[in-house]
Formats: sequence, structure tokens, C-alpha cells
Amino acid sequence: MNVSYQWLSEYLDLTGITPEGLADKMSRTGIEVEDVFVPETGLKKIVVGHAIKVEDHPDSDHLHVCQVDIGEEELSQIVCGAPNIATGQKIIVALPGSRITGNTKIKKSKMRGQASNGMVCSLSELGFSEKVVPKKYADGIYVLPDEAIPGEPVFSYLAMDDAILDLSITPNRADALSMRGVAHEVGAIYDRKPVFKDVSLTEMENEKIADYITVAVEDKNDTPFYSMRIIKGVKIAESPMWLQTKLMNAGIRPLNNVVDITNYILLEYGQPLHAFDYDRLASKDILVRRATEGEKLDTLDGETRQLTSEMIVITTGEKPVALAGIMGGLGTEIQEDTVTIALESALFEPVAIRKTAKELNLRSESSSRYEKGINHATILSASAHAAALIADLAGGTVVSGAAIVSIIEVENVLVSITLEKLNRSLGTKIKTDEVLSIFNRLGFGVTEDNGLFNVSIPPRRWDISIEADLLEEVARIYGYDNLPSTLPIIESTPGKLDDKQRIVRHTRHYLEGAGLSQAISYVLTTTEKAGQFVMRESDATKLDFPMSEDRSTLRMNLISGLLDNVHYNTARKNTDVALYEIGRVFYKNKDSLLPIEEEHLAGVLTGSLVENSWQEKAGKVDFFNLKGIVEGLFETYGLTESLTFVVDKDREGMHPGRTAAVYLGEQSIGFIGQIHPLVAKKYDIKETYVFELNMHPIIEGEKHPTIYAGIPKYPGMTRDIALLVDEGITNQQLIELIHEKGGKYLRQVRLFDLYQGDKINEGKKSLAYTLSYLNPKETLVEEEVTKAFEKVVHALVEQFDAVIR
Amino acid sequence: MELKQKLEALKEEALEKIAQAKSLPLLDQVRVAYLGKKGPITEVLRGMKDVSAQERPIIGAAANEVRDAIAIQLESQKAVLELEKINHDLAREAIDVTLPGKQVSTGQSHVLTQIMEEIEDLFIGMGYQVIEGPEVEEDKYNFERMNLPKHHPARDMQDTFYITKETLLRTHTSPVQARTMDKHDFSKGPLKMISPGKVYRRDSDDATHSHQFHQIEGLIISEDITMADLKGTLEVFAKKLFGAEREIRLRPSYFPFTEPSVEVDVSCFKCGGSGCNVCKQTGWIEILGSGMVHPNVLEMAGIDSTKYSGFAFGLGPDRVAMLKYGIDDIRHFYQNDVRFLNQFKVKE
Repeated sequence: MNVSYQWLSEYLDLTGITPEGLADKMSRTGIEVEDVFVPETGLKKIVVGHAIKVEDHPDSDHLHVCQVDIGEEELSQIVCGAPNIATGQKIIVALPGSRITGNTKIKKSKMRGQASNGMVCSLSELGFSEKVVPKKYADGIYVLPDEAIPGEPVFSYLAMDDAILDLSITPNRADALSMRGVAHEVGAIYDRKPVFKDVSLTEMENEKIADYITVAVEDKNDTPFYSMRIIKGVKIAESPMWLQTKLMNAGIRPLNNVVDITNYILLEYGQPLHAFDYDRLASKDILVRRATEGEKLDTLDGETRQLTSEMIVITTGEKPVALAGIMGGLGTEIQEDTVTIALESALFEPVAIRKTAKELNLRSESSSRYEKGINHATILSASAHAAALIADLAGGTVVSGAAIVSIIEVENVLVSITLEKLNRSLGTKIKTDEVLSIFNRLGFGVTEDNGLFNVSIPPRRWDISIEADLLEEVARIYGYDNLPSTLPIIESTPGKLDDKQRIVRHTRHYLEGAGLSQAISYVLTTTEKAGQFVMRESDATKLDFPMSEDRSTLRMNLISGLLDNVHYNTARKNTDVALYEIGRVFYKNKDSLLPIEEEHLAGVLTGSLVENSWQEKAGKVDFFNLKGIVEGLFETYGLTESLTFVVDKDREGMHPGRTAAVYLGEQSIGFIGQIHPLVAKKYDIKETYVFELNMHPIIEGEKHPTIYAGIPKYPGMTRDIALLVDEGITNQQLIELIHEKGGKYLRQVRLFDLYQGDKINEGKKSLAYTLSYLNPKETLVEEEVTKAFEKVVHALVEQFDAVIR
Repeated sequence: MELKQKLEALKEEALEKIAQAKSLPLLDQVRVAYLGKKGPITEVLRGMKDVSAQERPIIGAAANEVRDAIAIQLESQKAVLELEKINHDLAREAIDVTLPGKQVSTGQSHVLTQIMEEIEDLFIGMGYQVIEGPEVEEDKYNFERMNLPKHHPARDMQDTFYITKETLLRTHTSPVQARTMDKHDFSKGPLKMISPGKVYRRDSDDATHSHQFHQIEGLIISEDITMADLKGTLEVFAKKLFGAEREIRLRPSYFPFTEPSVEVDVSCFKCGGSGCNVCKQTGWIEILGSGMVHPNVLEMAGIDSTKYSGFAFGLGPDRVAMLKYGIDDIRHFYQNDVRFLNQFKVKE
């Protein structure tokens, strides 16, 4: 809400308080002021002019040559293109050397041969927003009132010398969505009492409201209060300058005197009002009810609204004439020929208003107040004030009384708090007197009895109803800066990470040591990507109303996000990418409201792990780089179950010959391999290797403790073997056999060479292993090892038809 | 005494040769020539049998003396030559030490993780537990239990991705607090928790908005927790995260789940408070939301609000990282450009 400093000072003595000082103080006490601005800032040498003579430009079909009194001895000639300029007008003149909005300088010039000493300005040329400029002047210059004195700066006429405070009002402080509310707030902050002048409403005693209109409410929960007043014999015209400028500074466009007054009252009281053209109401028996499905209403903004039974409408019994609390109808709009006004002031149920405004995507000044609540105490007095102003400014007379339906009782709310509780909650040592003074400043009634404060809250602060509300009021007026600063003195508790968090951190550190950086990708992705590389059957979890297809579905895998990252990098010439991610995937679960969230670990490698250097050429990463990282990681987990890699030819999206399912014991926990070239093409990436694992079996899996076995006292022995086998025989088959037949002293089998190529027969491959033997109890005897080794050789020949080389 | 003179001459001759030997093999040749089994000194000693018994000890002593002198000289010359050889080799082995070392490729944690971990560790040190919760939440936990009933105007403060009417992507990590409060047994001590994680808001992505970001929230509930305790705890927090010189400033604010609610400003860590572009010339940076847990939130969790009180606070690691490092686009965090990720190697 934009608050005018000048307007505020009508209610409260602001002597000695600068707008900036006020803004800071408000921000520190409860209502954040986002900005303070003075509309005239940056403008200069813009004065009132009097158009003495306006003639058509001899060489133009739209320009005018004007002789303008700018308060100097001689008239000044200015060429003006505005269609609405006319002789006798008081106009806004930017003199030569002046500055208008956007820091634009105005100079003397010639326009089609005619000298022009400056420029006649529109409001937008002074920086007014298009949305507040009165319609009448939207396409032309602005016309000042006749009283304006030529040569004087225009700023005070347009209230551009005012300071505007842009308040960011939180939903709980809707009481400050009004000038009166702000005045109370500022009064409490500075301990100055706001004063509001009594409004005297003169009503025509002989004209009774009942003869003009009746009101009825179908559901009093929807509409706890509804009232109408009638003002007769009005003349619709432009509002006086003070009213227009107040509205414009508050960000509202002036329309005509009657509508402007309802908006003015809205700003002053926070009470939304609506003025109907009485003669255009088809019936004078007003019924407030829910709309029926399929009913329609043309609202003031020119839209045809489809109504539902959720919406409250004002009707003439049959037809809706206004959308309650949100916007009036076009058919009963105030027009130039309107003479009788039906003025509505009401209270509508916040949730119904909020739902309707949301449903129709129609937020108005009115609805934004109703949905947060309004001051029940001023519903009727606000409309009385409005009626008096209409009579005053539009020349009407007010019919006596108001047609009212009401179930509300306006009374103060009593809330109590003890001094002990207050100090115990805030950690302060505030004294009784201070507390009493704070409540007084806030304008609350208060009595104190033996440390108990009974506080009487006026209806204008409907946000206060419980003890904690009082605590907050005292604390903020007392000043948060004045609160002491302590640490909790309570029973101490051990703080530590749980198993999962420890394993996650450990995993991160290991993978970073292995050269992978942590990525955090978007969880929301396309439906297609969400369902790629999935490790179990599941429907996808989709957003109800996604903002785009790209971010419509919760991921069921991490790899697709990592591939997006690879694409993002390689598109920017970062060809070497090594990333891992730990995060959730989401599987739909028929048996529960929420999806299953599974913690996954995934990694991606493409390009090279190291850059080309003077010493070594960067090798392209391959399957075994990534596998080595995973194997190394699992060695550090200490899981009792062993990790195995099983040929996986049929995994969707993966290279059929370069993919392995990863097992922990008997349980499949994920996979590792190369992205299928066709999928890689879709992602627009090169040869890329990935793995993805479910972390839960790792977190929950049984771990073996570290058992120290001592350092071997006796030397071991090694034997090397090179063998030629069919290429279909796997390393794992060979190693398993070697271990099986290796004897009790065989400790380790290590593949140190693999060859396939020209030098051996096609369909064959050559592998070379080092077998390490150790007897922890004594020095190994040569013959024992030889005997054991021979057994292995024999078995290999026997079982795999291996040729020993 | 002819032999004695001969020995003297031999000595002179050998010492001369030793001095002339400029390499270890040459020196060895000299050694063999003079001290070898067929060398002249051995020969002299062999000829001792012809010497008279009187002279024998004299000649013997003289021969030993000559041999020792030669041996000593040989050793010392050997040491000199060895040193020369080593020096020569060292000179030959010299490398350009300014050539780059062999790369060891390492990765690093995401900057957001680094910030969250730093905060976690600080609070673990103060006895807090790290507790995580689901990212897809029930409306009940995300809003209702946070004192935000359906159709509450404050729901506008958090634009929400709904999945169904009752489920949504959590808009803050606060629902974890509600879930934890339900389970906590206060007879076993106070509740002290910190919950980091991803949160989501219905927002169009641009440089300063992201539909996905992170939050880390803390909660403490016990008997007699005061607002002063909140202030003190946040001071410790701010100083740890932004530097020991930092000050904090509390401003009243509004969150439905706390009352009083507090917005926390930290004195600008770039300019120290004198005003700069980071703090928009105010000297202060808004960094945290916090407050005393609303009694409704406690009661909804079955906690007696007349007996227990607590405070909660939360902040966005994304925003902290952006301010701390001057990162101008929030999307960098989730695009994972390696040129971005690699800049956060230094562990502060």
C-alpha cells in the first residue's frame, strides 16, 4: 500500500519526523516500508501556464501554436500537439532547460518553422503511471484547476511534493491497509495520538430509506453485514484536485466524483464500498445470495464472468448486479447521467471472497481487503462519511437511514497476560509501568491487577486475540533491539549425524577424492525423462498444474538429470564432465497418499578424467574408470555382503554390451554402464558412462567391524600365468576357478594383462594373472606353491580349454 | 738403508700419482699398482727376509708407514672424486621445477552443500539433530500444521505446486518440524533439530527466482525458551556463517507459524555496514526468518503451550551463497556447469 505522508499528517502530528525516518522506524517496529519516494524527484522548471491563445499551426494538421502566460511579462509561444488543448486552460509547462520524466531535457526549438519555448506536458510526461492517469487526459495534456497561478511550480498542485511510503503489509496486519490503521500504528510507534475529525451527515428527515430500497441476505454466514444508503440528486463530475491527487498518489485512477469518493473511503477506512446507479437497478429489493451455476455477470472491467454456486452475488432478486466484495456490474455502473446513488457497505465472508477472486483471477482493492478481514466497527460510519462527501462534492442529498441486515456485534476483545509470563517469554525484565504505557500507546484499554494485565482490544485490531499476540505487540513496541541476548539454558543433548547422514557424507567425500564433483539437478523434469533409467516399475508423480512440460513430473531416476547437466556442459565446450549426485527419486505408491522417496546415488563420466598434459595423454574415460570408482567406494563401506557386477543386456537406454547390473549379495541395487548411443544422441552428448544405485541397501546393509589381522611376518610368493581362452569366457569365471582351485595359501589374483588382436587367433583372447600366495604361520615352501599352482593350471586347461602361454 | 730410501721414493711417487688420478677408475689403478699384492710395497715387505734382524723392525715400520700414508691419501682422493662425480650427476639430473606437477583429479562438494554442512556442523556442536523429511508433503503438514488453514490469505506468500488436492511439493522445510514434534518424547529432553533440504515454489525461473531451492531450518522446544535465547542463538549463527565481526538486527515480521515473528538482518559482510551494492546502501542484509513457535503449532502437535515454548528459524542457502560469493544467477546452482562447480574448491 502506498501511504501519503501529507495525508497521514492530517491525522497525526508528524512534526520532527522525516518521511525517511518514519519509514525506518516503521520497518523496525512491524510494518516494512519498501521504498520512500517523492514524485517530483528529478523534475525541474515545470510550471503552471495559462493558454491565452491557441491557434492551429499554419503548416500542420495537428499541431497548435499557443501563446502561454507563464507568469512573466511577455507571453511565451509553445507549439503543442495534444488534441485536447484549448484556449483558457491552465496547463503544465516544461520551460526551456527543464527536466521531465526519464531525465529528458527540454530545450527551445522550432517546429515546422514556429518557435516553441518549451513543452506542454501530460501527466505521464511527469512520471505518472499510465494506470492512474484519468481517462479524460489519457491521450492528451492534463488540465489544472482554474485557481492555479501561472509561473508557479506545478508540483504542489499535483501533490508531487508529497512523500510516498510503499508499505509491504503482511497478511496479519490488514488493519494497516488503511490510512486510519497506519495513523494508529504510527501513533503507537511515536506515542502520538491520532485524531480523526467527526463527520456530520445531514439526512433528509422526510425521505425514509425503506421507501427507496430493501436489502435481504440469503446466508448470513456469507454476508454477516449488508447495508445500503441512498443519495439523491447528485451531479457526476470530475473530482476536486485534492481528491484526484490523493488517489493518484495511492495508485488509483480517478474516474468521477462518486466513484472517487468510494475509493477515498476505502483508502481512509479500509472499508470497500460500492456505488450503484439506483435508477439502473431493475428492482429495489436487493438480495444477496450465492450465484447459481451458469449465471453470468458483466463486470466493470468489461469481462463476462461465468458464475458458480461458490460465489456470492448482489442481485435485484433475479439478476446479479455485482460480484460481492470484488467488483460491480457493468449494467449498474455510475455514468455521467446518474442522479441517484445506492451506496453499499458490507462485510463478506473472507474465504468465499478469496475463493471467488482466485477462481476468476480477479483481485481488486476490495477483495484483497475482504479476504484478510476488515474493521467491523466502521462499516456503517465509513458509508456515512462517504454519503456526506458525496452530498458535499456531488451536490446530492442523503435519504435518512440505511437499509441494514446484520448479525455482527461490534465489541472489544479481552485478552490477558501476566507480567511474569511476558518477561519469561521475552527474556526481559520489563516493568509494569512500561507495559501499561505500551498498551496505552497502542490505544488498547488496559487494567493491571497484581501482575495480570487485562487488555481490551478494539475491533480495528482484529488480528489480536491470544496471549502470544499481546507478547508480540509489547515486544515490537518495546523494541527488538532492546531485547537481551542469551543462549538457552536447558538440559543438554548430544548432537550427531545419524547413520544415513554419515554414509552420505562419507560417500560424497570419497567420490570427490575420486575426481567427481557434486551436482544438484532439478527434481522436476519432463514426463519422458522422469521415466527413463528406472530401477523399478512405477507410475510417475505429476504436478496438477505444471508451469511447463519441462518441469511437470517428479524424477524416478537421477541419471536423466545428470545427462542434462552433461549436455549443458558439452554445449559450452566443457567436454570433460565427472559428476555425482545424491538425491531423491519418487515412486508412486498405491497404498499411501505420498509417493515413496528413495535416496539414490548416481554418477556420470564423459571425456577424460584428467586433461592432456606434458607428461601424459588424457585417455578417454571408459566403463572401467567408473567401475573402479564404484568398487573402491564399496570397499570403504565395509558391507558384509559382496558386490557383484552381472551382465545386463536388456536395460532400457543402456548399451547392451557395456552394462552391468550391480548386486549387493542377492539384491539388485542398481546398474552401471554406457549410455546407449541413440539415447546419447537424443541428449546431444558423446560417449558417456553412468551408474545409479539405491542407497538404502547400503545404508541399511550389515557392516563388518574393522578387524586388525597384523602385518604378515613371513614373505609371500607370486606366480604369473598367461592363458589363451575363447573370448566368451569372462574374467569372473576364470578368477572364480582360480580361487576355487588355488589352495589355502592363495591370497589374491590380479589381472595384469589382457590382449585381443592380430597376434592371436580370432575368437580368442589372452589374459595374464599374478597369483599371490602367503602362509601367515611360516615361510612358504617352494614345492607347496608349485603344487598349488599346477592344480590351477590343470583346472584352467581342463575346464576352459585354456592354452597356457 | 737403501730400502728405506726406496720406500720414501715410492711414497713420493705414489702420492704424486694419486694427486694426478682424476677419476675413480684411475685412482683404483693407482691403488692396485702401489698397494696391490704385486705392488712395490708388498715386494719390499717380501724382501724383508734378506734384511738383518736389527734393521727389520725399522724397515717394517717404515713400509707400514708408507703404505698407510698412501692408503690415507687414496681414501681422501676417493672422497674428493666421489663428491665430484655426485655433483656432476646432480647437475645432469636437474629438472625444470616450474613444470606443472602430475594432475590428481579431485572433485568438490556443491557450494550449497558446503553452506548447509557448515550450518549443520555448527548446530550439531550445540546439541541439535539433523532431521530430514519428505519433499512431497501433505497439505496438512506443509500448511495446516503450520497454522495455515485452507484458504488462509498467507498461503499467497508461498505459491505452491500441488500434485493432488491434499499433496504438494513442500514449500518450506517446516513440515519436518511438525512431523518431528509429533514423535518427540519430551520426557527424554528438549527437542533440538535442524532440517536442511530442497523446497519448491511455483515460480518462473529467472536470474533471481527458482522453482527449486534449498532451506535449512532450526527448531528448539523446551521449557522456558525465551526470545532472548533466539536472539543469542542467531548471533552465534551469524558470526559463524558470516564472520566474527557481524552483528544482527531483528525486525518484526509475520510468519503464520511463529509469534512474535522476526526478520533477521546481518550487518553487510561486504562493506561491514557502511553501505554498498550488496546491501543496497543500507548496511544490512536480510538473511533469516525466525520467531517464537506459535502456540497453535505446539498445541496441534499435542505439546502443552503453557509449559513449553520454543523458537524456529530458517534461511535459504541459495541466497546466502549468492550474497557471499556475488553469484548473480540462481540457475547456476542447478545447471551444474563444471566451470561454476569447480570454483568452490577452497574449504573456508
